[in-house]
Amino acid sequence: MVSKMSSKMVGSNNLAHAKRMVQQLRVEASIERIKVSKASADLMRYCGENAKYDPLLMGIPASENPFKDKKPCTIL
Amino acid sequence: MLCKKNQGETTNTLKAESESLKAKLEEERAKLHDVELHQVAEKIDALGQFVMKTRRTLKGHGNKVLCMDWCRDKRRIVSSSQDGKVIVWDAYTTNKEHAVTMPCTWVMACAYAPSGCAVACGGLDNKCSVYPLSLDKNENLAAKKKSVAMHTNYLSSCSFTNSDMQILTSSGDGTCALWDVESGQLLQSFHGHSADVLSLDLAPSETGNTFVSGGCDKKANVWDMRSGQNVQSFETHESDINNVKYYPSGDAFATGSDDATCRLYDLRADREVAIYSKDSIIFGASSVDFSLSGRLLFAGYNDYTINVWDVLKGTRVAILFGHENRVSTVRVSPDGTAFCSGSWDNTLRIWA
Repeated sequence: MVSKMSSKMVGSNNLAHAKRMVQQLRVEASIERIKVSKASADLMRYCGENAKYDPLLMGIPASENPFKDKKPCTIL
Repeated sequence: MLCKKNQGETTNTLKAESESLKAKLEEERAKLHDVELHQVAEKIDALGQFVMKTRRTLKGHGNKVLCMDWCRDKRRIVSSSQDGKVIVWDAYTTNKEHAVTMPCTWVMACAYAPSGCAVACGGLDNKCSVYPLSLDKNENLAAKKKSVAMHTNYLSSCSFTNSDMQILTSSGDGTCALWDVESGQLLQSFHGHSADVLSLDLAPSETGNTFVSGGCDKKANVWDMRSGQNVQSFETHESDINNVKYYPSGDAFATGSDDATCRLYDLRADREVAIYSKDSIIFGASSVDFSLSGRLLFAGYNDYTINVWDVLKGTRVAILFGHENRVSTVRVSPDGTAFCSGSWDNTLRIWA
């Protein structure tokens, strides 16, 4: 998109943009962070607690999975 | 009125402050980088062999499948294509239940409403439209169409929030927006990306009102839905971010990118904590999704494959072949029993 702007407008746009950048960075710098070791432990704990409910992880028998075809029955 | 010289000085001071804030951010993040996720994960057992096969193939689109979404009933699927068609399928039987022809080609986004009673879609028409699904198969769905969102460039992604009442959209115009479905009113807009936004994902409901977006500016941004504020930003990818998806706990999110890697970002550590890559993987990752526990990451690639990653250890546990062209979309079913992939080979596959 080509916009024709006077150099004065470009000047004030740069200023507005720079102000927004600084404000944004201030917001981002101010958040509270935790250590990666703690964050990792929490991710691992969540996986561990929920693993047994995860059919793609644990594998579930064909009889319980509507997408897996059950073996056809033979009538003797 | 400032004269040019004063403006120049103020811009420069702001730029300097910008640089110093960026440096401070990096410093703060680095202080907490005491270990790598895969190191912490060394103590848990490795995953065994995975056998996942195509269980269903959904054929019917006349051109590339671009997007799909599961219904909360775990069996219905909506998919959209370059051919302008949006199809609702019963994935158990592979029957087509509804089909809508959009007035545009490249329908890049589609989503199922939480109630299962409507679907939303859009693409090159720059809009997001909602179609209520009728029980009468003969009814012309297009007649009931409701235009909800209007962007100034293509619609790349859409998602209902927790109800049928609101839709979140992302666009090639660089913005995301929240809309009221009934009135079509813009409720909030999200500015901060400097190029096309390609994907968004809502945080799991327990985590509150945030969402993550990713785009061609290589950034992943986390937003507060109420205020419109960009609360966190991550820029470690080397190319476009094609897809973003929250980890099931809401504490992290994964990305898939044209730089051939997928990455995991932890929100509370405020940094990238894992990269899923291999020297042999050189094509872009188009789409990612987690299994229910978050232990597995399914990623679709432009080299026609789906790679399955161990999220914690960072290793690949399976590679799935079957599609005959780029994989464009990958979504795990709501109950985690299967996942669906859509491809430029015009088909969708259900894997389990």
